[in-house]
Amino acid sequence: MPARGRPTSPHWQIYRWQIGNSLSILHRLTGVALALGLIALCYWLVALASGPQSYAAAMRVFAGPLGRLVMVAWTFAFLYHLLNGVRHLFWDIGMGYERTQRHASGWFAVLGAVGLTVCVWASIWASHPS
Amino acid sequence: MSLRSPLGRVLGLGSAKEGTGHWWAQRVSAIALIPLTLWFVFSLLALPALNYATVRAWLSYPLSGFLAVLLIAVLTHHSYLGTTEVIEDYVPAAGPKLFSLLFLRFLYVLVGGASIFAVLRVTFGAWAPIP
Repeated sequence: MPARGRPTSPHWQIYRWQIGNSLSILHRLTGVALALGLIALCYWLVALASGPQSYAAAMRVFAGPLGRLVMVAWTFAFLYHLLNGVRHLFWDIGMGYERTQRHASGWFAVLGAVGLTVCVWASIWASHPS
Repeated sequence: MSLRSPLGRVLGLGSAKEGTGHWWAQRVSAIALIPLTLWFVFSLLALPALNYATVRAWLSYPLSGFLAVLLIAVLTHHSYLGTTEVIEDYVPAAGPKLFSLLFLRFLYVLVGGASIFAVLRVTFGAWAPIP
């Protein structure tokens, strides 16, 4: 079977760039980013179980400038993956396939995720300014 | 050793009826993760601080520990299904694909197992033994 050299899936080299495929790719990218977040969650929980020193060390990593930037990115990734995932679940039961509905729900997922990320971090900053 | 071709052996048997298993598991775990992840995020946001004593006290509650274990189990499964799909789509060569899938499987069992064990240590560790 001459399988080598052929694309195995619909590809970004072929597709015209538009909201539908962009959001689909973003869903995958955020999913992979959240998979890395799972490793961070594991590190945090193991540090919590290991004692105050290791927990303090883990919190220094997460509260550092790079850690905080990545936490904001993960917040967006989680909220987008959640909202767009719900969008996919509606498609799975056969709803929301019209062009206008697809575009509206897509923008809702992106803007909702951005807005909620801002809300979450504003509330964190308001209650624990540091 | 059979002289029948691989195609001849399967013709007429019909499908294994398992083709949609991955798809279904991904959707069902996704639905379960909506309440579980929201519970986790809102619980952490509602804590007065994220210091050691506060987070330990929160996770020592039996309900918190129970939901955290459920969250990790479902999250690990969902994440494994998703990243597996990415590997299957974008790694065409058989050798690297098999290696990546095995690596992912071991990594997820390790990460999920360590996380659940950590939660159990916190939840059960907080209770004093009966004298």
